Amino acid sequence: MSMFLPALLGGLLIGVAAVGLLLLLGRIAGISGIVWGAFTGGAEAKWRWLFVAGLLVGAAGYHLLSGAPYPEPSALPLWQALLAGFVVGVGVKLGSGCTSGHGVCGLARLSLRSLVATLTFMAAGIATVFVLRHLL
Amino acid sequence: MKSVFALICGLLFGAGLAMSGMTDTAKVLGFLDLFGRWDPALMFVMGGAVVVTLVGFRLVLRRSRPVCDERFNLPANRRIDRRLLAGAAVFGLGWGLYGYCPGPALSALVYLEIKTLAFVLAMISGMAVVHGWEKREAKRL
Repeated sequence: MSMFLPALLGGLLIGVAAVGLLLLLGRIAGISGIVWGAFTGGAEAKWRWLFVAGLLVGAAGYHLLSGAPYPEPSALPLWQALLAGFVVGVGVKLGSGCTSGHGVCGLARLSLRSLVATLTFMAAGIATVFVLRHLL
Repeated sequence: MKSVFALICGLLFGAGLAMSGMTDTAKVLGFLDLFGRWDPALMFVMGGAVVVTLVGFRLVLRRSRPVCDERFNLPANRRIDRRLLAGAAVFGLGWGLYGYCPGPALSALVYLEIKTLAFVLAMISGMAVVHGWEKREAKRL
């Protein structure tokens, strides 16, 4: 169980952050939407930039305070990072959300649309890893 | 005040991502490797988060308005169409290709790896490409 504890506690913290954003700003904590809105949001861009800054500082703060080492850098090549990033960007914009918006927030709102999206991207992620690791 | 609250929520979210293991691409790919040496730990991330939001959203939405705004800003689209399915499938493909979804990729920028920066910049370009395509589509209609 102890190996699952950081995952569970981290998840709870993510949940608290999402509830906080809804309570305080009345917004859904969908990261892809927030990032895009930071660039295009006009008057509503500022809070989004600060939220994004928080994502970085919060992660740094966690490692600093807990002493947990940074994760090992990915061994995958640069082109794969570029390709994957581009594909993720296209997908989340087209599908109006990612793991946080559809997963963490959409499921909590009992949105069938978000449930379908979550099951779809989970399945696609699992299928991709299956092909890359076990077929190629 | 709105800005301060947004920063605090971002801080908690980012700390949660780092603590949970979501910023570790090897761990994420291990979680998605359902038919290999599956690492179930990250199930608890989504599980833990959804338990909190499921209860918390219900309590919050009893209010008539959020603390810093006139009303709640909630997505109204309920349609399950090809666009949603295609988008989610493409997103999942990219997620499985490297191990980052958008939040963790941003948080992982603090690890100062050039590949993470490349991922994030490519991700924003991908969004911009779809945005441009949407604008052209809208003009044609």
